Amino acid sequence: MPVVLENLGKRFGDGAPVLDDVNASIAQGEFVALLGASGCGKSTLLNIMAGLELPTSGALEVPSDGAAFMFQDAALFPWLTARENIELALKLRGVGKSERRTKANELLDLVHLGGAGDKRPHELSGGMRQRVSLARSLAQDRQLLLMDEPFAALDAITRDLLHDELERIWKETGRTIVFVTHNVREAVRLGQRVLLLSSRPGRVVQEWNVTEEHRTDAGLAGQLTGVITARLREEIRRHAK
Amino acid sequence: MPNKQTPLVELAETPISTRSITGQASSITDEPETRKVHAALTRSSTGNEDLRELESGLDSLQSDAARAARIDWSRILLPVAALVVLVLAWQFYVSLGFKRRDLVPGPLDVLGQFGTLWADGSLQEAVWTSLQRGIVGFLISVVIATPIGLLLAQVAPLRRAFGPLISGLQVLPSVAWVPAAIIWFGLTDATVYFVVFMGAIPSIINGLISGVDQIPPQYRSVGTVLGASRLQMALQIVLPAALPGYLSGLKQGWAFSWRSLMAAEIIAVGGTIGFGLGSMLDQGRDLSDMTIVMSAILLILAVGILIELLVFAPIEKRLLRRRGLLAGSTR
Repeated sequence: MPVVLENLGKRFGDGAPVLDDVNASIAQGEFVALLGASGCGKSTLLNIMAGLELPTSGALEVPSDGAAFMFQDAALFPWLTARENIELALKLRGVGKSERRTKANELLDLVHLGGAGDKRPHELSGGMRQRVSLARSLAQDRQLLLMDEPFAALDAITRDLLHDELERIWKETGRTIVFVTHNVREAVRLGQRVLLLSSRPGRVVQEWNVTEEHRTDAGLAGQLTGVITARLREEIRRHAK
Repeated sequence: MPNKQTPLVELAETPISTRSITGQASSITDEPETRKVHAALTRSSTGNEDLRELESGLDSLQSDAARAARIDWSRILLPVAALVVLVLAWQFYVSLGFKRRDLVPGPLDVLGQFGTLWADGSLQEAVWTSLQRGIVGFLISVVIATPIGLLLAQVAPLRRAFGPLISGLQVLPSVAWVPAAIIWFGLTDATVYFVVFMGAIPSIINGLISGVDQIPPQYRSVGTVLGASRLQMALQIVLPAALPGYLSGLKQGWAFSWRSLMAAEIIAVGGTIGFGLGSMLDQGRDLSDMTIVMSAILLILAVGILIELLVFAPIEKRLLRRRGLLAGSTR
């Protein structure tokens, strides 16, 4: 189990806990969608897994070499070209200079951006930026890839394509992926397992398995989406005054 | 990967979102017939090649076509026109004859003085001496100020301790250091350089610090996630990210060096201090020759404008263009 969360809790200062008693374990090579309404602490949970924040209680087990992370906006460095952004990740990992260029080109090719390596981030469309960002997080070469609503700001056409793209890359590279989203359809489309996080405090309240049949049978997938949406709304309604 | 084309269907009219929810018990056993299905639920492309093609089509739709850069003549002609208008206005005012000609010389008188100064070589000497000092002093200031600025920006206790002092030093006119410098170093070049340093270093440090303050916090998160060490973070991420702010700090630092230099040259004359533009200004005052004073002022201004146009403007433009920050600006 590359990731194990045990009774994990997090509060900022003296405020109400953001996360409380979170329990989950994620298997090697698994694609887990972490679903929740706004303010349920899913990004906080991801940051804790990435080592960007520390939990205030409980324990977690993550790979010792850390995790790759993909942010909601591409977070590419504007002073570097697409290729240099990827090369920087390789450089900070300690990859030699000659190897960096070849590796970066391979990764650009993997995300179907072979011809755009010399472009700067502002010259790329939102979808292309996210693909460069994906390539950069793959350049980190970590078994665990954490994704924080990476497609939330994209238009629907681009998002659908990137779902296909991510699934393909996940299958090709065999990474363990934790994908945070507030979009039920996206969670069902991508995850092998969907974990629903409650809001204030965040806690895993229910989980669903998504099988290969759901990937090809739109009716089945729609049914599961309905069920999860209903449960999510129930969770939101709890907070109504 | 299965290449089965999935139908993008809507099986029934009733959207899922309008169903009433029946409490805790709602589960997967709900009836499957009435579902509105969205394309995003299943794969929307059929295999790698199809995906590659779709993506490249979308990429070209969403990217701007590159536009060829052309020389914008208004950029050159407008400033020249403004200059001509100013000189004409000056000539017009002088020809009205409100003031004595030796108190307010006309453009032609000053031009004549330029010729005289050029002929005896003092113009070239003054410009060269001052420019050389200004540039050397500025470059040394950059070398001193950059590590200090980075250190202050990155280490919170240092910043808290020395930040106010540095800001204060920027407010203090560097001319105030001239008497102290003369007492310590006498009438030597050291005096001039000391004053230049005291003017330029604080403003470069401040520029760098404010550049660092304006870095989006996410860049540091990315750096941490990518495994950057403290030094790598400072050099590979913080410094390049702060470059626009740093550059305006450098511009201001240059302006401060140049001004401080002039002030030092006007006050400290003689000894082993050579003949600079400030000295020329002082000489003009001693001789009560307004044309020399005007010549010196115009030369000081011209050097400032030329350095801005030939050094800073191209660097800044390139920097901003590469980051996509130039669109819509009036530069």
